[in-house]
Amino acid sequence: MSTQTKADPASPAGSARPLSERRPLGDRTFQIITLAAGLLVLVILVLIAVATTQQSTSWFSSEGLKIFTNNWNPASNDFGALAFIYGSAITAAIALIIAVPVSIGVALLLTEVVPYRWSRPIVYVIDLLAVVPSVVWGLWGILVFAPWLQHIYTSIASGVGHTPVLGPLFGQPVSGASFFTAGIILAFMITPIVTSLSREVIATVPAIDREGAYALGATRLEMIRGAVWPHSQAGVVGAVLLGLGRALGETIAVALVIGSSPAITSHLFAPGYNIPAVIANQFGESSGTFRAALIGMGVLLFAFTIIINIIARAIVNRSTRRMRGA
Amino acid sequence: MSVIAEQQRPDLREPKGWRRASNRIATSLMVLAFVLVIIPLGFVLVTVIAKGASAINWSFLTSQIPSEVAPPGVGGIGPAIAGTIVIVALASALAVPLGILGAIYLNEYGGTGWLAKLIGFFSDVMTGVPSIIMGLFIFSIWVLHFGFSGLAGAFALACLMLPIVIRSTYEMLRLVPDSLREGSYALGATKARVTVTVVLPAAIGGIVSGALLAIARAAGETAPLLFTILTVTTVNWNVFSGPNTSLPSLIFANANTPYAGAQSRGWGAALTLIAIAFILMIVSRMITARFARFQR
Repeated sequence: MSTQTKADPASPAGSARPLSERRPLGDRTFQIITLAAGLLVLVILVLIAVATTQQSTSWFSSEGLKIFTNNWNPASNDFGALAFIYGSAITAAIALIIAVPVSIGVALLLTEVVPYRWSRPIVYVIDLLAVVPSVVWGLWGILVFAPWLQHIYTSIASGVGHTPVLGPLFGQPVSGASFFTAGIILAFMITPIVTSLSREVIATVPAIDREGAYALGATRLEMIRGAVWPHSQAGVVGAVLLGLGRALGETIAVALVIGSSPAITSHLFAPGYNIPAVIANQFGESSGTFRAALIGMGVLLFAFTIIINIIARAIVNRSTRRMRGA
Repeated sequence: MSVIAEQQRPDLREPKGWRRASNRIATSLMVLAFVLVIIPLGFVLVTVIAKGASAINWSFLTSQIPSEVAPPGVGGIGPAIAGTIVIVALASALAVPLGILGAIYLNEYGGTGWLAKLIGFFSDVMTGVPSIIMGLFIFSIWVLHFGFSGLAGAFALACLMLPIVIRSTYEMLRLVPDSLREGSYALGATKARVTVTVVLPAAIGGIVSGALLAIARAAGETAPLLFTILTVTTVNWNVFSGPNTSLPSLIFANANTPYAGAQSRGWGAALTLIAIAFILMIVSRMITARFARFQR
């Protein structure tokens, strides 16, 4: 037995065939198993698209282009999804407007300002933010944060209520659970990913570029604008797009704090709805075309996030690879 | 000439006026950004600990889930803990081995071929697929045919974990020096044997810590479970049949109620969930630190 085991690697096939052909069955089987596991990723992605589309055909076929109207009333079989698409766009936009400057600021702080021994604890803190589960953000958001924000919203609304541009955006009606609250919570949730990817991209800026800028007498800000930003601009855009994908797909926290009211309104402090939230909240009581409509909105969301992720990954990959090569 | 240089030197070292001010402002804004990140994090953690700690005791962790209207202190979250444990364990048993195998293909066999590039790219893309889509997917292909069960929830969570495990394992395998592989080939080992007995052990610390982070992420997910496991109020250890429940599902249900008792149980469950996630993260960090020491 022991001699067999010892002989095994040396002459696996026990013959004088060329080395390249000496691959025992177990070796090839292992390769095929790993290939199958790798292909599983592609299989699952295709299956998601096929299975969910299949379950939602009755919505797409019965409503046609009416799926993009603002008429959602399951009781009378009206399933226009525009209010939810609008809500997804608004909440994601608010989240990005808040999260992007903060994330880029922290990424620059980590790469350009603080020394290494300080940057590690800061990274830990950012990671903690990512570990807090979505549902805990939602619980805190609806029971603690929203009631607190409502006071602030009310005073802002009474301050700007009749101003031309700000009035329609920040005036009455005001609710703690609203587009804006959902946007803020989303901002907390996408900050870790945007920060860590931006940091990764910024870290690939060659040290010689930084040192060159400093040697010319640049201040840190001038160095960032002249050496770091041109190099990492594209990659940071990719990181922001990935954050956008997260913001669009984040479900549970938003379902709890958005206010659950399908309305298209310019009032950011008013209750609204978005695609993932309506799927989460109404799926349980749905059937027939109603259910098909909810799954169909999932298909739209899937298609959109896949496209965003493909673009973003391509950008991030290209910019980090190019910099590593340089 | 030298006089001019003498005069300019201090200017070069210490920018004055607007340049100096703008630099200071930029640095302060970066620090402010970090403070803006800490505030909500601290706010959430303090609230969850303050409201959750008073709810948690042994009977809370083990009792059955009472009716929503039950006052604080009655009943507990036992079934949710049991459900989370069995569902996440099953999801990990599915996703971690498959993810490691997939990463082995990407790094050891696929190399720079087009298929490996394609799989690697789409596994990154898959990490961005919203978790609720995984729930809808498993609902469409499994629940409609076989009914609600912990298994369906585990499938949904496994779909979520798979690309994360692939990515983290792949990064770790890439760090294993080629000299280790070449040394074993020189001894006549086959590729499968080199991978299993040399490459994997060399990277095991990083692989385990990546897997733990994926598990922590899955344990906190609610959306994939909404349409796959339903909810129950008694313990269901049978993960393969019958509806089940989980900590995140329980928190989601209780956050939507106006009852003080239900909300208090929600906070208790939230603290339990955060504690589980943090413990997994800390263990993962410890393994990474230990691993890094061996690497040096």
